[in-house]
Amino acid sequence: MLKPQPPESTLIVKKRISDPLPVQIVLIGLTLLFFIGFIFLPLGLVFAQAFSKGWEYYLEAIREPYAIESVKLTLTTVAIVVPLNAFFGVTAAWAITKFNFRGKATLKTLLDLPFAVSPVIAGLIFVLLVGSRTPFGSWLGEQGIKIIFSTPGIVIATLFVTFPFVARELIPLMEAQGRDEEEAALTLGARGWQIFGKITLPNIRWGLLYGMILCSARSIGEFGAVSVVSGHIRGQTNTIPLHVEILYSEYNFAASFAVASILVFLALLTVGVKVTLEKQFQKNSFHH
Amino acid sequence: MTLFQKKRRNILPGFGLSMGYTVFYLSAIVIVPLSMIFFNTIPMGWEPFIHAVTAPRVLASYRLSFSTALFAALFDGGVGLLTAWVLVRYRFPGRQFLDALVDLPFALPTAVAGICFATLYSPVGWLGETLTKWNIEIINTPTGIVVALIFIGFPFVVRTIQPVLEEVEQEIEEAAQCLGATRWQTFRKILLPHLFPALLTGSTLAFARGIGEYGSVIFIAGNLPMKTEIAPLMIMSKLDQFDYAGASAVALVLLVISFSMLLLLNAVQEWQQKEYR
Amino acid sequence: MNLDWIKKITIAASLIVASGLPGAVAEATTVTLLNVSYDPTRELYQSENTAFAKYWQKQTGQTVQISQSHGGSGKQARAVIEGLDADVVTLALAYDIDAISDSKLLPANWQTRLANNSTPYTSTIVFVVRKGNPKKIKGWEDIVKPGVSVITPNPKTSGGARWNYLAAWGYKQKQSGSAVQAKTFIKALYKNVPVLDTGARGSTLTFAQRGLGDVLLAWENEAHLILKEFGSDKFEIVAPAVSILAEPPVAIVDKNVARHGTRKVAEAYLNFLYTPQAQEIIAQNSYRPRNPATLKKYAANFPNIKLFTLNEVFGNWRTAQKTHFNDGGVFDQIYLP
Repeated sequence: MLKPQPPESTLIVKKRISDPLPVQIVLIGLTLLFFIGFIFLPLGLVFAQAFSKGWEYYLEAIREPYAIESVKLTLTTVAIVVPLNAFFGVTAAWAITKFNFRGKATLKTLLDLPFAVSPVIAGLIFVLLVGSRTPFGSWLGEQGIKIIFSTPGIVIATLFVTFPFVARELIPLMEAQGRDEEEAALTLGARGWQIFGKITLPNIRWGLLYGMILCSARSIGEFGAVSVVSGHIRGQTNTIPLHVEILYSEYNFAASFAVASILVFLALLTVGVKVTLEKQFQKNSFHH
Repeated sequence: MTLFQKKRRNILPGFGLSMGYTVFYLSAIVIVPLSMIFFNTIPMGWEPFIHAVTAPRVLASYRLSFSTALFAALFDGGVGLLTAWVLVRYRFPGRQFLDALVDLPFALPTAVAGICFATLYSPVGWLGETLTKWNIEIINTPTGIVVALIFIGFPFVVRTIQPVLEEVEQEIEEAAQCLGATRWQTFRKILLPHLFPALLTGSTLAFARGIGEYGSVIFIAGNLPMKTEIAPLMIMSKLDQFDYAGASAVALVLLVISFSMLLLLNAVQEWQQKEYR
Repeated sequence: MNLDWIKKITIAASLIVASGLPGAVAEATTVTLLNVSYDPTRELYQSENTAFAKYWQKQTGQTVQISQSHGGSGKQARAVIEGLDADVVTLALAYDIDAISDSKLLPANWQTRLANNSTPYTSTIVFVVRKGNPKKIKGWEDIVKPGVSVITPNPKTSGGARWNYLAAWGYKQKQSGSAVQAKTFIKALYKNVPVLDTGARGSTLTFAQRGLGDVLLAWENEAHLILKEFGSDKFEIVAPAVSILAEPPVAIVDKNVARHGTRKVAEAYLNFLYTPQAQEIIAQNSYRPRNPATLKKYAANFPNIKLFTLNEVFGNWRTAQKTHFNDGGVFDQIYLP
C-alpha cells in the first residue's frame, strides 16, 4: 500500500530529522550488499546465461512458437486471476473493515491461509478435489468439463496461490481510514454504490493497485502449484515458468534463461506501471 | 485513529452482500479444496496416520523445514527492516529501482531461483568457487536451503513494514528528540515498538512460506534422507508411490501447524493493539 | 461448487487461448495424439513423431499431430490416473503403467499386447566419469570405495534412479549370490552419494554443470547425450561388465483412446516404433533397438555389457517396488541410523 509521494512541503518536514550521513551511508551500503548477494547476482546470472549465445539466439528463443504459447497462457491466466481476486479483495475488505461482527479475527486468519500453504499442497488439493480419481472429478469428466491438466486448472491453482494479496493490502489501509467518511455520506443521503465509488474507491486506489501488482507478479511466477495441475503438454498447458523448466532440463540453458528473462521484464513492467501512475497522480494533485 | 469505533453500530449498507460473497469465494477457492486434505486422511485410520507422520524420516524433514524456515525468517526480519527503512527514509539515486526489485522473488519462478542459487554456489559457480577455496559449503547443505528461503521470504517482510513506516508521524520522533533522546533511543523506544507488529507479521509470513517452499529448495538442498530432505519433498515422494493418504497425512500436519501459527499471530496482534490503546 | 462459473471461465479461457493458436481448430482430417512420457525421451520422440506423421499421412492421407508431455515417470503416471488425457504412455518402468492399469484405464495384461514385453527399445545403466577417469573407475566395486563421490537421483521420485539402484543390487547379488551382501553393497554405495536430485536430468546437471561428484550413474542414452551436450572432451563413458536390462514400456490407454476415437492411430503409432525406420531413430538416439539388424548396424555404439533382466533377480516390478522403494523398504532402511 504505497502512497503517492507527499507534496513538497511534507517532504521537507520528513527530511528535517534524519540520520547522520555516515549512518545513512552504512545502512544503504548494507542494503546494497544484501541486494547484490540475493537479487543482483541471480538476476545477473539469468541475463548472462540468456545472452550467452548472443542477441540473435536470444530473440530466436523468445520468438519460438512454444515460448509464445507459454506467454499467452500466462497472460491469459493473469487476466482472469487478477480481476477476480481484486474484486474479492475489495469485497472482503469492505465486509471486514466497515462492519463489526463475531469471528472477524478467524476470518482474517483464513484469508491469510493460502500464504502459508505449500505450493505442493496447493496443487494437490485441486487434484484431490476434481481429479478423475474422485467421484466429482469423474462426473465432471463425463460432462466433458476439463479442469485439471488444462487452462481452468491452472487458473484455479493460481487463484488459490494469489488469493490473499489484494485483501491483505486493503484491510490494514481501510482499517486505518475508518468509516467516518462513508457514514457521513450516508447521512447526506448517498446510496451504497455511490458511497463506494465516490469515497471508498478513491481512498483505496493505491492499495488496490499495489495489491493487484503483487497479485499479478505472483501469478506470473507461480511454479509449484501450477506444475502439479498442468500436465506439461507443450504448447498447450505450459506456462512461462514451466516452459523455462522444460527448456532447462533439455539442456537448452541459453533459451531457458532467455524465456526466464521475459518474466523479469514482466515483473519490472508491472512495477514501472505503478511508478508512472504514481507520478501522474502527483502531477494532477498539484494542479488542483 | 479509530479509537472509539469499537462499539459502534453497523449502519453502512452492503454487509449481507459483501459478507456473503466473501464467504462464498473463500469457501470455493480455499476452504473446500483444503478440506480435501482432511477427507483424504480420514480413511487411513488413527494408527497408520500416526505412523505415517512420525516416521523418523518424516520427523527429520519437519525439523529441517522448521529450523531452516526459522533462520531464514529471522534473517529476513533484520534485512527486511533495514531495507524498508532505507527505502522509506533515505533519498538516493537508484532508490526506486531497488524498491521495484523487492518484488522480484514473487515474480521469478521458484524453480528459476533454485537453479540460479544452485549454479551460483556450485563449486564452479561465481560465488561457489571462492567459497570452496575457503572450505565453506553452501550447496547441498541446510545453509543452502536457508539461502533459498531468505530470497523467497524477503518481499513479505519489506512489503509489510514499508507502509507502516511511511505512516509514522515524524512529530513523535521530533518530540522525543526535543526531550533529549538520542537517535538510537528514539528508534528503540518509539519506532521499534510501533513497527514490531508489522515486522512480526512479515516474518511470520516468510516463515510460513518457508516451511512449504518446494520449487527453489529441491535444486539446492541435496535431498538426502534424514539430512537435507524437506517436508514438502516427503509429500512428493509419497505421491510418487501413489500413496495419496500418506501424502495427505503429512500435508495435514504442515497445514495445521501453519494455520495455528497464523492464528497465534493474529492473537498476538489483537493483544498488541489493545496494549497500544 | 459453482459449475456455471467454472464453465464460463473454461469457455472464456479456451476462447482466448484458441483465438491465438494457429491451427488449434482441428480440421476433419487432422487427428491429435497425446504421448505422455518420461524425462529423457524428449529428443527421441521429437524425431519419431515427425517420422510417424509422414508415414501416417502416406498411409491414410490423415494429418496426425502428436503432443508431448514429459516429466518424472511416476509423476506422469499419476497425472494420467488423475485425468491427463494421454492416448499413449511411454514410461520408464512397467510399475508405473501397472499403477495406471490399477485404476482401470487399461487392462492388467497390457504388457503382453505388444512384442518384447511392450518395450520397443531397451537401455542399460552405465557410468559417466570426468575426462581421463581420475578415480580409475572400471566397474561396480570401484564406486563403493571410500572417497568416491557418486551422483544418482532419488529412487523415490525418479524412475531412472530405480534402475540405477536395481542395477547395483543385481550386480552384487549375482556376483556374491547373497541378498545380505547386496544390501551392504547398496548401503556403501549410497554412503558415497552427496545429493539425491528428484529426477535423472537434475542429477546430470549436478554432475555435468555444477561439477559435483566423480561418477554419474545414468541411462546409456543419457550418457551419450551428456557427451554430446557438454563435450566429449570433458566426460567419458565407462561401461561396467555387468548391468541391468532396462525395459521402458509403452502402452495404449484404452479408456482414453475409446473416448477420443483414436485407437487406430494410437495402435499404429506404437507399432510404428517397432519398424526398421523407427528402430533406426531409436539407435541414433543411443537406445538399444530390438531389431537385430539395426542393433548389428549400430553395434559399435553399444559396448558389450552382460545384461540381466529385472525378473531374473527381483521377480517382477511390483515386488521390487514394494521391497525396495516403498516407505519402510530397503532404501529407507539404509538411511536409518
